[in-house]
Amino acid sequence: MDTYYNPADLKKFGGITEFQKELGDKFFEYYGEVFKEGALTAREKSLIALAVAHAVQCPYCIDAYTTDTLEKGATEAQMMEAVHVTAAIRGGSSLVHSVQMMNKAKKISM
Amino acid sequence: MKSLLSRGSPLDDSAAQLKAIGEFSELLRGLPRFREKLASHGMNPLHPARTEIFQVNAGKMCNQTCRHCHVDAGPDRREIMTRETFEACLKVIAATEIPTVDLTGGAPEMNPHFRWFVEEVTRLGRKTMVRCNLTIILANERFRDLPEFFARNRVHVVSSLPYFEKAHTDRQRGDQVFEKSIEALKLLNAQGYGREGSGLPLDLVYNPSGAFLPGAQASLETEFKKALQSRYGITFNALYTITNMPISRFLEYLQNSGNLDDYMERLVNAYNPAAAAGVMCRNTISVGWDGKLYDCDFNQMLDIPVASQGSKTVFDFDARALGSRSIAVDQHCYGCTAGAGSSCGGATV
Ligand code: SF4
Ligand code: SF4
Repeated sequence: MDTYYNPADLKKFGGITEFQKELGDKFFEYYGEVFKEGALTAREKSLIALAVAHAVQCPYCIDAYTTDTLEKGATEAQMMEAVHVTAAIRGGSSLVHSVQMMNKAKKISM
Repeated sequence: MKSLLSRGSPLDDSAAQLKAIGEFSELLRGLPRFREKLASHGMNPLHPARTEIFQVNAGKMCNQTCRHCHVDAGPDRREIMTRETFEACLKVIAATEIPTVDLTGGAPEMNPHFRWFVEEVTRLGRKTMVRCNLTIILANERFRDLPEFFARNRVHVVSSLPYFEKAHTDRQRGDQVFEKSIEALKLLNAQGYGREGSGLPLDLVYNPSGAFLPGAQASLETEFKKALQSRYGITFNALYTITNMPISRFLEYLQNSGNLDDYMERLVNAYNPAAAAGVMCRNTISVGWDGKLYDCDFNQMLDIPVASQGSKTVFDFDARALGSRSIAVDQHCYGCTAGAGSSCGGATV
């Protein structure tokens, strides 16, 4: 398939070590550690990952963490609420900048 | 939803199922054969260890018609075990030292010989496990006293509850199954099932409601316990996570939803040699409704008989011949070896 994003490429993620093994290996080791059960449960981490995937708009991550959250027992409602958190923060971060706009507008207006 | 059989589906034919998962697409043809995978870890052929579980399939008749059912069970199925075959099972149980008798179906309680058989097994001093779909308890007045009957015979009850929420459960198992399951669980709890110190074990079975694998058993058990206790006051002992096998009605779902290739590839990629060493066919012998012997309930549904010389049915049961057989495997076996493994008792690793 001749597109920038090919779903089959997700399975090749591990292959990034081909060009730089040491850093790739370190990354995957770190990645594995991050997602282990810790102060946060593996399911909570997976839901955060799903929300972040939507923030960075990575189709690979969205596919991967949709499956992963379902496997970890999350409900569709929880998954959608996670994405609303993304939307709220993204929307909020735009809107909070409007304070700067307002400041500037007020400053230069009579 | 009706059974594959009553809809005249081509997947009613077990050979067609094996063909579908092994050869349907280029990707599926390219996946390693299960026996090669075993061989690459020095495990082919697979041999049985000590038989711990005598699993009896009382028949394909069921009050439900779940979408993922590997038995293709339903109210329209008429194949059930006869008294004569149950008697042959009892002879085998008495003649061997197999400690646990696991009764499954369909809904085994619908077999008219069910209660007599459970009582006979109890009399023989063996542990009985019943795969109870919960809704059967409320399906008809004559099943209402099942919780009492189970408690009287110290039956170990194992019941499916795909999720602690209605939508997931009903999508997989049918309308209103969730409410009825909750009511049935309360009736079992009232008899002491799943209550601390009662000695009456109530285990639940989780299986994914879709084309994905089950998550970690221990975390899901914690979630289930928390949710069922706080919302409904229900308690239970253990949660078994079971992978959906790519056969029968779940195979039909995989095909129709365009998920078959991905699902099989996922199972193969998640192959775990430790799970392969612990597959349930190594400690179980499965008896079909007609008395034929199989390595497991899945092989039974795929009509793959035991490969033992001279002992093919419960009528000519020969523990020694069965003990030296090789287990008959095929591509569906990847369902037992993915990730933490899967068996009738949940994860195996
Ligand atoms: S999964 Fe169990 S309850 Fe559902 S139809 Fe099959 S045998 Fe019946
Ligand atoms: S499907 Fe049956 S024969 Fe195959 S590995 Fe699983 S338990 Fe064994």
